[in-house]
Amino acid sequence: MSEALKVPSAKETFLEPLIANNPVMIQVLGICSSLAVTSNMKTAFVMGLSVTAVTALANFCVSLVRSLVPGSVRIIAQMTIIASLVILVDQILRAFAYDLSKQLSVYVGLIITNCIVMGRTEGFALKYPPIPSLLDGLGNGLGYLLVLCVVGSIREIFGSGTWFGLTVLPTVNNGGWYVPCGFLVMPPCAFFLLGSLIWLVKTFRKDLQEPKEYDTHREDY
Amino acid sequence: MEHYISLFIKSVFIENMALAFFLGMCTFLAVSKKVTTAAGLGAAVIMVQVLAVPVNNLINTYILKPDALIPGLDLSFLSFITYIGVIAALVQVLEMFLDKYVPSLYAALGIFLPLITVNCVIFAGVSFMVQRDYNFAESVVYALGSGGSWALAIVLLAAIREKLKYADAPAGLNGLPLTFITAGLMAIGFMSFSGIQL
Repeated sequence: MSEALKVPSAKETFLEPLIANNPVMIQVLGICSSLAVTSNMKTAFVMGLSVTAVTALANFCVSLVRSLVPGSVRIIAQMTIIASLVILVDQILRAFAYDLSKQLSVYVGLIITNCIVMGRTEGFALKYPPIPSLLDGLGNGLGYLLVLCVVGSIREIFGSGTWFGLTVLPTVNNGGWYVPCGFLVMPPCAFFLLGSLIWLVKTFRKDLQEPKEYDTHREDY
Repeated sequence: MEHYISLFIKSVFIENMALAFFLGMCTFLAVSKKVTTAAGLGAAVIMVQVLAVPVNNLINTYILKPDALIPGLDLSFLSFITYIGVIAALVQVLEMFLDKYVPSLYAALGIFLPLITVNCVIFAGVSFMVQRDYNFAESVVYALGSGGSWALAIVLLAAIREKLKYADAPAGLNGLPLTFITAGLMAIGFMSFSGIQL
């Protein structure tokens, strides 16, 4: 089934998901974690890296065994591969960055149910050979990391005046001049930022705009 | 008894799965166009949650915890893979059971059940239960509360979206971005519960 399909070029598979087909902004996958871990850059960055690693490796492994796994059990097989990789990531984080893994709490485990990973293994790795799948996974993971970093940077710089824990805008509490916008650190703000980001993208990409269900300018009432 | 009631209230309002922890967002945003479908999905989530969390609680207590199965054996590194396997199996069994014995319910919930395996609400419910060391009774109450909190949130959002389609929003904001912002405003509303001391 796989060889019949034309394999997209390496550059295409890697660069496409970064901006043009970004998993978070365009495909709207993996929203849960991109909202929850972005209140500061450290957690956002580590989460992005973990998801990138899991997506790339899961894509690679699923693609390796794609012709051996019957269609009826493929979901379970993919789940097992993904869960094993997430366990690895979790153990590594616990060993080398214990504080961060405490802060990320359940969200590391939730990479298993992150739709980006499952979406890529199901949508790409099952059809194409391992190397393009690895690149596709990397590209999608980095696209996710990019959005996380944008949202995380805005929230941390303007919410607490720091970036990666380093002072950027000295806050009033520490004798500086910047009055931090405390609202940005709070969870609901992530909704507004991500919503505005998607709004921005959709303003420039007219093909992605959703048609109105109801014409408010109709004149028959 | 009082302890269980406060745990329930806490898990429904203060620690709302969708609006305080942002879990199950994909389905929360995608399947909230109509109140009836949202209510169906909400009911399915409550059902799976109430099965999955207590079952995983038992598995965790009697098999995975250090020294639980054989003294000196620590299986907790297998946790994620076990939980997701148990959830997938439970959903499958529930689907077959409903199909055989309660066809009317199966017709209403059927299409949503497979979706729920990959819904993070269930997995997060299990993870939180493990992290907070709930006992069996607490895990049942927590499952009911956290599933209910998600169902409540998605029904509320669907009700707002049903009215929102008459709004004249800018072209780029229409649909998904508008839903995000609505959900954000709802989250602010739910933040007001966070001051409650239980």
